[in-house]
Amino acid sequence: MSWLKNIGAVVAIFAVLYVLNAMMSSAGFFGTGINDYQSRLLVFIAINIILATSLNLINGFTGQFSIGHAGFMAIGAYASAYFSNVYGESIVRSFSFLGETAAVSVVLLIAIIVGALVAALMGLIVGIPSLRLKGDYLAIVTLGFAEIIRIVILNIDAVGGATGYSVPGYANFFWIGLFAIVTIVVINNIVNSDSGRALVSIREDELAAEAMGVNTTRYKVTAFVIGSAFAGIAGVLFAHNNKFLHTNDFQFIKSFEIIIMIVIGGMGSITGAILGAIIVTLLPELLRMLPDVTLGGFTVRFADLRLVIFALILIVTMIVRPQGLLGTMEIGHIFKRFRRADKPTGGMK
Amino acid sequence: MDTFVQQLINGLTIGSIYALIALGYTMVYGILRLINFAHGDIYMLGAYAGFIIATSMGFAANPSAIGFAVTLVGSMAIAAAVGMAIERFAYRPVRKYSKMTTLITAIGMSLFIEYLFVFIFSGTPRSFPQLLPNENITLFGNATISTSQILIFVVSMLLMFLLQWIIYKTKIGKAMRAVSFNLNSAKLMGINTNFVIAFTFALGSALAAAGGVLTAQYNPKIEPLMGIMTGLKAFVAAVLGGIGNIPGAVLGGLLIGAAETLVVGYGGYIGVPSTFRDAVAFAILILVLLLRPAGLLGSNVQEKV
Repeated sequence: MSWLKNIGAVVAIFAVLYVLNAMMSSAGFFGTGINDYQSRLLVFIAINIILATSLNLINGFTGQFSIGHAGFMAIGAYASAYFSNVYGESIVRSFSFLGETAAVSVVLLIAIIVGALVAALMGLIVGIPSLRLKGDYLAIVTLGFAEIIRIVILNIDAVGGATGYSVPGYANFFWIGLFAIVTIVVINNIVNSDSGRALVSIREDELAAEAMGVNTTRYKVTAFVIGSAFAGIAGVLFAHNNKFLHTNDFQFIKSFEIIIMIVIGGMGSITGAILGAIIVTLLPELLRMLPDVTLGGFTVRFADLRLVIFALILIVTMIVRPQGLLGTMEIGHIFKRFRRADKPTGGMK
Repeated sequence: MDTFVQQLINGLTIGSIYALIALGYTMVYGILRLINFAHGDIYMLGAYAGFIIATSMGFAANPSAIGFAVTLVGSMAIAAAVGMAIERFAYRPVRKYSKMTTLITAIGMSLFIEYLFVFIFSGTPRSFPQLLPNENITLFGNATISTSQILIFVVSMLLMFLLQWIIYKTKIGKAMRAVSFNLNSAKLMGINTNFVIAFTFALGSALAAAGGVLTAQYNPKIEPLMGIMTGLKAFVAAVLGGIGNIPGAVLGGLLIGAAETLVVGYGGYIGVPSTFRDAVAFAILILVLLLRPAGLLGSNVQEKV
């Protein structure tokens, strides 16, 4: 009855997303609502989950050290924003017979496809030459490409250049959350497929994988392109939710942030990446609540120190738990282990 | 011709600063295979240390060569101490872990220094006092060179020769070369590798701080985030010259500096607007890495099974 279970899961996910989305609107969901600040955090968490899971496919599972993910996010964001600005209104008008919401969703879905394709194409262009390099060199090249992408976009006047670019706000939390889940499901299925085994074999030992007949270049480029496409989707959703784009949002500090998410959560763990995305988004916000401390007439505002404390937590995490919170474990594995401990042996298949 | 010479002089000025910072990157990478992302922030820290020394000791009020020398050496000493502390408390505990872990630690350290300085000094730029009289000297036509540019050339040249002397003529330099060749063998030969690594960090940080003070003499605006882009470009310079290679870092720094200003000056003729200034370094980097991954002066290492 696994199909029944799947349909149930899908219905449940849609219901939860719908309710959350309704709660974010000004009217609220039967009187209960989430304020703007909290809903923005939820949106960022969902977008960061897309970014972290997709980078995890490249870094965590394939073992290719890419630190330029924000560049592909920028590509997706700007390409789709340009599309929505130029064609968005006319498409909304021609689909207006479906009603306002549906027409907007159609535009958003097309924009997502556009963003994903352009980002994937860029991933291919960047990936084919650079994936010949290994380790630190690959990291530097991806960082360089991301910066070049950003600076080139900054110099295109059609997308606003240095003044920024406004985008129609088509993406609500329903779509963002849905695509976060789609990303998780797709990456999870890739990782657990034959191709996923090939990717992990490249991470474990590239030479051995090649000797075993894995076409390493091809798999590496494929993983890179898929990861870039999802980064592009994250960019599309960010653009259409934030309603304003500036290249400063895609500086390499953003790429570093995504790396921090997957390393904190545990490289090569999908639940780890999700956990990392949540922690990295929420922790600086939670640190805002730190109280002021007055010592001998000298007041220290700890809330102003929150980013310093965040950096310290990062360093300490790396020192005491270098494999990240989950390592390569998934949450599911941990539960299974508990269950296994409860049951007597022999009953397991 | 005048403008070309002028651009070249300006480019080599920035290039010398990049070279000073690149030396720290390349030495640390040579020994630990670690990209020390916090190194650009040490450059910023050096500028601020110089700022505090110069204002608190009154060198700002009456500029003199001695005041400049004290500021320079003082900020180098402070940066060296900070560099050693960073190595001891952040990098040494993670040294044995994977590359990703050490890289994240370095990024964390970089963020820590940046945000700490934003907290202490606020994000608003400060104006670094002029410690030596600054005049423009006309070379020929419209090409001029300022005394602060000469200062940058002379001081950075001296520091690079000093570094060369330390690495090739002293005992600790020999130990550094041994450790960068093979850390474990060096340890077996009785070299105190922890001390050598700490010394390398001190040396690199001091050079970066010198770069910070010198830049501040040329361009007096200092701010807590000034080290990010400069540090990244210096790192690119180190890779361009061949990372781990000391003359390579200097060559890379000068090339990046020159390329950058030449693009600003002449890029318009070949359809590259001057706003691409920051992209030039990365474009060069990508070309070099794809065509000659070991860098200009680096030697190719054959991969072994």
